[in-house]
Amino acid sequence: MELLSGGDMLVRALQDEGVDLIFGYPGGSALHIYDAIFRQKSIKHVLVRHEQGATHAADGYARATGNTGVVLVTSGPGATNAITGIATAYMDSIPMVVISGQVPSEKIGEDAFQETDMVGCSRPIVKHSFLVKKAEDIPAVVKKAFYIAATGRPGPVVIDIPKDVTNPVDRYPYQYPEKLRMRSYTPAGKGHAGQIRKAVALLLSAKRPVIYAGGGVVQGDGSELLTELAQRLNFPVTNTLMGLGAYPGTDKRFLGMLGMHGTFEANTAMHHADVILAVGARFDDRVTNTPNKFCPGAKVIHIDVDPASISKTITADVPIVGTVQSVLGEMLEMLKSSKEMPDQSAIVDWWRQIDDWRERHGLYTAPRYRTDGDMIMPQEVISAVHQITGGDAFVTSDVGQHQMFAAQYYLFDKPRRWINSGGLGTMGFGLPAALGVKMAHPGSEVVCVTGEGSIQMCIQELSTATQYNLPVKILCLNNQALGMVKQWQEMQYEGRLSNSVYEESLPDFIALAEAYGHLGMKIEHRDELHGKLAEAFAIKDRTVFIDVYVDPTEHVYPMQVMPSGSMRDMWLSKTERT
Amino acid sequence: MRRIISVLMENEPGALSRVVGLFSQRGYNIESLTVAPTEDATLSRLTLTTVGDDHKIEQITKNLNKLIDVVKLVDLTEGSHIERELLLVKVRATGAQRDEVKRSVDIFRGQIVDVTSNMYTVQVSGTSEKLDAFLQALGEHTIMETVRSGVSGIARGEKVLSI
Ligand SMILES: Cc1cc2nc3c(=O)[nH]c(=O)nc-3n(C[C@H](O)[C@H](O)[C@H](O)COP(=O)(O)OP(=O)(O)OC[C@H]3O[C@@H](n4cnc5c(N)ncnc54)[C@H](O)[C@@H]3O)c2cc1C
Ligand SMILES: Cc1ncc(C[n+]2csc(CCOP(=O)(O)OP(=O)(O)O)c2C)c(N)n1
Ligand SMILES: [Mg+2]
Repeated sequence: MELLSGGDMLVRALQDEGVDLIFGYPGGSALHIYDAIFRQKSIKHVLVRHEQGATHAADGYARATGNTGVVLVTSGPGATNAITGIATAYMDSIPMVVISGQVPSEKIGEDAFQETDMVGCSRPIVKHSFLVKKAEDIPAVVKKAFYIAATGRPGPVVIDIPKDVTNPVDRYPYQYPEKLRMRSYTPAGKGHAGQIRKAVALLLSAKRPVIYAGGGVVQGDGSELLTELAQRLNFPVTNTLMGLGAYPGTDKRFLGMLGMHGTFEANTAMHHADVILAVGARFDDRVTNTPNKFCPGAKVIHIDVDPASISKTITADVPIVGTVQSVLGEMLEMLKSSKEMPDQSAIVDWWRQIDDWRERHGLYTAPRYRTDGDMIMPQEVISAVHQITGGDAFVTSDVGQHQMFAAQYYLFDKPRRWINSGGLGTMGFGLPAALGVKMAHPGSEVVCVTGEGSIQMCIQELSTATQYNLPVKILCLNNQALGMVKQWQEMQYEGRLSNSVYEESLPDFIALAEAYGHLGMKIEHRDELHGKLAEAFAIKDRTVFIDVYVDPTEHVYPMQVMPSGSMRDMWLSKTERT
Repeated sequence: MRRIISVLMENEPGALSRVVGLFSQRGYNIESLTVAPTEDATLSRLTLTTVGDDHKIEQITKNLNKLIDVVKLVDLTEGSHIERELLLVKVRATGAQRDEVKRSVDIFRGQIVDVTSNMYTVQVSGTSEKLDAFLQALGEHTIMETVRSGVSGIARGEKVLSI
């Protein structure tokens, strides 16, 4: 058997795991590992400018590909800088392996230079973690880490490795384990056949059904099955923020997003539904509004790979623990072999009702924003980009109003195209995530929709884009404020804008982009919007920062009434309420 | 309702902190906790008591099961079971008190395990309720120090928690 040092073993194990891309940042405790990376060819390492950027880039890469993202950081500040990105991945169930250097074993606990208890710091935001005690354990730990990260409900796994464990002098026999046995970890696979049969019967009896599909359908590659099921039954579909793209956004059965900033038709249909099929969605508080007023007449079928997601906030009438692929597959088979169909006239009536809601307040039946004047409206920027990119771009986003406008107006027809931080809502996610996506799909259009607030949280990654020649579009919906915060202050604090504006301190983003070697473009007038966007998107080989000045007074609507509203209680504009 | 949850988990460093962390992270309370290795040295058994309605207990057991180190668990309070807790208490005992204390110890089937001229150290085992009752019977003024082990439990009959 081959003899390798701990550092070389780690890199070899990553290769054997099929890893070809790592995002990271070096430092003392990780230097043996960095040297091992230098001495090999097959894994590419992307040097970011801040460890938070590494985690978001790996996360973006994972969301766009379905592969596990890999991060390498040093101990202490390197590890703590990674925390926000680990938490972001954890909240959205994204597979990621984070390798952190640690101070040498004999120094652990002595407040050594750059020592932090990484396993402790990250404990509440990881699916699992390992502290490697000896080099011989490395292959098995790596194998387990990747298996845990990607199976069941995916999530981040931390591997913390003391420096002495990777030292280049001591060598050990290396063999990558082929098989893995973990008696304490058996992720769910197939759903219970009896439960699936019950669910199918309930679906067939439905008169006012809604399919509520979430991020689990995207991450679990269940979109095709979901689409087939919805079309076969002619049921309406709504997606969560994380589920956008799980069902084609331009299909007539798509009601738009549901929840706090969901469409009128999606939220109202949910409220009146008699059967809700929840797939890979976790009844988040941004979706349900007040739980005891949630969909009073509905029977709920809930498919989720994680039993703890089921009946957590909303009790499921038919719980099904299993992967979306296997459960939806079985449901379809049962439907096909039974040849039964739901009551067609009831479904037709239901559609008539939904179309009426769409007509009244739907986001896609008429513009629900101002269409006169010189001021550019943020919604129309997104629609224009949708048109210019043929609806086929990878769109990453930061957090705020711009995120909601992107979610509402860029109608995603395919899964893994919409990449945003939903659960943690991490400002700073968009740009590094876009770089990760671009690494995975160099030939595809990648757009980061951001705000002038969010972009400043990871703007240093413009330099990474330069180094690795990653031509992404940065579309900044510049409303000169922390717009989402300002909206809440205007709606709930009588307009007291406490620390949500910058008082003329914004940088010149065009000059800034140019300083990093990129192109900058400013768009201020409505009549130049389409022309200039087309110009920017025609540039394929440069990173372009498009700074669009949008109406700073615009709010995101619909917005559910909180606290204590039901799903259908919404503000439709500054003055109109349901 | 009070529940006794018994957990079989990998005897790995960090496993206990994940269990304890889960409880604080999700706002569940732990009333008592005991943990020790089992006859199989790769496994340890953890017993905890907690209170919560059915919904909360369901979430607790689901989230415990989700921890990678947890191999198996059982809510002992769901079936008939035996529960035991150990109490050691130092009681001031001088003069006439010495007999009084002794009588209480006998009634509760405890043992005096250490003696000085001024005090007894008493050991009592049983359900938590019984230990509470014993302490009450002693009367507060005589108690110098108490230590309780936390609850351990096992199902009655043939049912076992093993892998
Ligand atoms: C400013 C802001 C506003 C927001 N407004 C809204 C809003 O209006 N509407 C909205 O929907 N969200 C909104 N969110 C996002 C919200 O916070 C949640 O992140 C989101 O609702 C959760 O989406 P989800 O239910 O699809 O769950 P996810 O977080 O995507 O979880 C996926 C679920 O699927 C399960 N799963 C994973 N893989 C599989 C598999 N293979 N098989 C089966 N199950 C699987 C997981 O166990 C999990 O339960 C907002 C966020 C921000 C930052
Ligand atoms: C790291 C972080 N800090 C604070 C917040 C709270 N927050 C949510 S939206 C928002 C404003 C974002 O401003 P901007 O990026 O300009 O977007 P806009 O809402 O103006 O479109 C803030 C501060 C957050 N989500 N993330
Ligand atoms: Mg802004």
